[in-house]
Amino acid sequence: MNFKLKDIGPQLMTVIAVVLVFGFFTYNAQVNMENRGIDFGYGFLSQESSFDVQFSLIEYDGSHSYFRAYLVGLLNTILVSVIGIILATILGVIVGIARLSPNYLINKFAAFYVEFFRNIPLLLQIFFWYFAALRALPLPQDAEAMFGISFLTIKGLFVPAFIWQNLNVFLYSVLAAIIAIIIIRIHAKKLQETQGKQIPVLLISIGLILILPLLSFLIGGVSLSFEVPVLKQLATTSFIYEGGVSLPPELIALALSLSLYTATFIAECVRAGIQGVGKGQKEAAASIGLTPNQVLKLVVMPQALRIIIPPTTNQYLNLTKNSSLAAAIAYPDLVLVFAGTALMQTGKAIEIVSITMFTYLSLSISISLLMNWYNRKIAITEK
Amino acid sequence: MSKINFLKPDKSNLNTFLYLGSFLFFISVLDVLLNSFFSLNITGFLPGFISFLLPLILGFIGLYFIRIELSGIKQLDLLNKHINTNNFNAILSLLIIFIILKSIPPILSWFFVDASFAGDSKDVCTGTGACWTYIKVWMRRFMYGMYPNGEQWRINLSFISLALLGSVGYFATNKFKKYLTLYYVVIYPFIAFLFIFFFISGGPVFFDFSYGIIAAILSIIIGFFIPSKFKFYYFLIVPFALYILLKYFIFYEELIELGKLDGLNWVETGAWGGLSLTFIISFFCLIFCFPIGMAFALGRRSGFPLIRYISIGFIEFWRGVPLITVLFMSAVMFPMFLPADFFIDKLVRCIIAISLFEAAYVAEVIRGGLQALPRGQYEAAKSLGMGYWRMHIFVILPQALKLVIPGIANTFLALVKDTPLIFVVGLLEIVGMLNLAKTNPEWLGFAMEGYVFAAIIFWIICYAMSKYSYNLEQKYKTDR
Repeated sequence: MNFKLKDIGPQLMTVIAVVLVFGFFTYNAQVNMENRGIDFGYGFLSQESSFDVQFSLIEYDGSHSYFRAYLVGLLNTILVSVIGIILATILGVIVGIARLSPNYLINKFAAFYVEFFRNIPLLLQIFFWYFAALRALPLPQDAEAMFGISFLTIKGLFVPAFIWQNLNVFLYSVLAAIIAIIIIRIHAKKLQETQGKQIPVLLISIGLILILPLLSFLIGGVSLSFEVPVLKQLATTSFIYEGGVSLPPELIALALSLSLYTATFIAECVRAGIQGVGKGQKEAAASIGLTPNQVLKLVVMPQALRIIIPPTTNQYLNLTKNSSLAAAIAYPDLVLVFAGTALMQTGKAIEIVSITMFTYLSLSISISLLMNWYNRKIAITEK
Repeated sequence: MSKINFLKPDKSNLNTFLYLGSFLFFISVLDVLLNSFFSLNITGFLPGFISFLLPLILGFIGLYFIRIELSGIKQLDLLNKHINTNNFNAILSLLIIFIILKSIPPILSWFFVDASFAGDSKDVCTGTGACWTYIKVWMRRFMYGMYPNGEQWRINLSFISLALLGSVGYFATNKFKKYLTLYYVVIYPFIAFLFIFFFISGGPVFFDFSYGIIAAILSIIIGFFIPSKFKFYYFLIVPFALYILLKYFIFYEELIELGKLDGLNWVETGAWGGLSLTFIISFFCLIFCFPIGMAFALGRRSGFPLIRYISIGFIEFWRGVPLITVLFMSAVMFPMFLPADFFIDKLVRCIIAISLFEAAYVAEVIRGGLQALPRGQYEAAKSLGMGYWRMHIFVILPQALKLVIPGIANTFLALVKDTPLIFVVGLLEIVGMLNLAKTNPEWLGFAMEGYVFAAIIFWIICYAMSKYSYNLEQKYKTDR
């Protein structure tokens, strides 16, 4: 009996404390909202928002609902995160490998990059790129064309837009190529395990992914043309490019600083992962007659990836969360559009902040659940 | 002398290859050097494209010639081993050398040669270089925010005293070493709070320094006659008791006139700012987030399911949301959760929010350390008859914390780098002040200088912290 009390006591006390704190907060919130005449509810999401957003991926203006404003913000957050993740991964892997290079200069250059960019606050870097570096770009009318088709100006980057015809046929062909590659990989693995034969999977894959979409151009009636941005005069001194795709400078500054900052952490993950594979593993692989490429592909990389992927995913999550700093330079992401403008207009602090937090929370919890599953799957079963 | 095959440098013609290769390499470097420092183009007679690529081609051929294995010359072997192992590495090395040579002159001239240091108005900044005058003029604002100029000695005094008090650990003799943990965990933060509250803020004087000083002197004098066995408890209780006794029961009217510190004006937290605010926030968040994080790490490893789930919920919640939304919450949502007449200062709300946020990260780091300890440690401690708290305080935590020094240092670094985010609630530390100064109509167009200045300061702070943590890690490293 005594023993059980010892078990229950601390738990009960903790639960009571938590309940008390939450009860206190909710009670106060109710009293405060009654006093100020605010009613609690998520009904405002369907109301007309009546504010505009500078940059949105879906059609949006003031006549749409608050929920659509939320979607605009969310999509913008996802856009900058995806761009940042792709750039950061490319840069991070290159720098991480360069950190291990036997070449003294490359090694030190990479080390300098990592030490430099990761010891400066991200917000400062965003401000630097947005307010100092990108402001030094030319005006639209003075900009020189890059590769003849795109223009990097103070008002953003203007690139040609793709104009597709029969895009769905093209997408189906890509999908078909991917499925074919997966089937071939499974087949090749089976062949290797049962008969010991090897077929050049990589070459076949590259061929498939090139040839099938190409066929769709020739046979499927797919055609692609470009819409090149053209300079247009708005007023005597005001010019803008029309046509094509325009990326606002906020997006460029944000994606640039996010990827430069996160790449330093990914580089360290990559370095740790490759260093984490024991020297004995490489020597053992070489001693059974594998070529250096095979050693890398069959022995080092599978083990290194096991170390690299979990912390790198963490960095991806960090990048996504850090993209909320967009609010500081007025890039219309979730925080600025929803927790900023929409909150100011409706005054529904609790609802809006809770939705914003819940969005980020569900994003990161779903990714971390995925990560846990992956970790369990690849974990080496030790004796 | 054997026949020279220029496609295959070998040892038999070492000297020829060495001279030829070094000469070509030297020419290529010289070309870039002259080009970047004196804007002289010695290969200008060639067509543009070739002239542009010539240094790379010459350098590459030069490096190819001197790539002779086991030449017997020590420096050459070192060079080959480090920057010239194969063609690809040679090109990369050349590119890096050229980039460095090319970027030195513009950076140097922007930072120093063309920069303006003198004067105190915008007029001196006419050159193409940096305008450090801008930093000089705004220095006080960048350091102290909107804190009144005449009162800034209070911040300086507080920081100097706190730094001195913080360095006590280095001078403590062995006799006092055992109290250091208590000092740093309880007493020092309390003193720091007193300094911030009374000196920097000039808070309402419910603590009279005159009484405090008299109580301290009296208790020290009496302390000489106390047996050393009780000295610790004596100093823990008696000074405060004496203070209360003095203030509320004895000499009340007589002492109030005697040396009461007046003249310290109340400076509201909205006026604080600049680098000093960065330090204040980092300091307090650092102190608060560590014990909270430790508690939740232990909670997550606890055997009681309810406590474990609450801890997991807490940790995952804070780790899942960006700091900026947490600060938003502290600014717009948190006041709704408090009684209407209950006011918490903006800065305090900020510190609470950042501390809770970072505590979740500290908790995960410490949990990593706890998990890394072998079960034998727990079992050994239990077999000695230790209870939960004794086991953790004396056996588990010292080892676990030692293991996670790098992780904790990283979290603290992240904390320092996160402080600029407080612009969300309208507090302006150094980056916020820069943005404010940038929009001043008299000083438009110096954004670059400001950001470079702040970047240098942050870089020094963060780099020093990471080096310090590395030293700490080495110091406490024990072979296991």
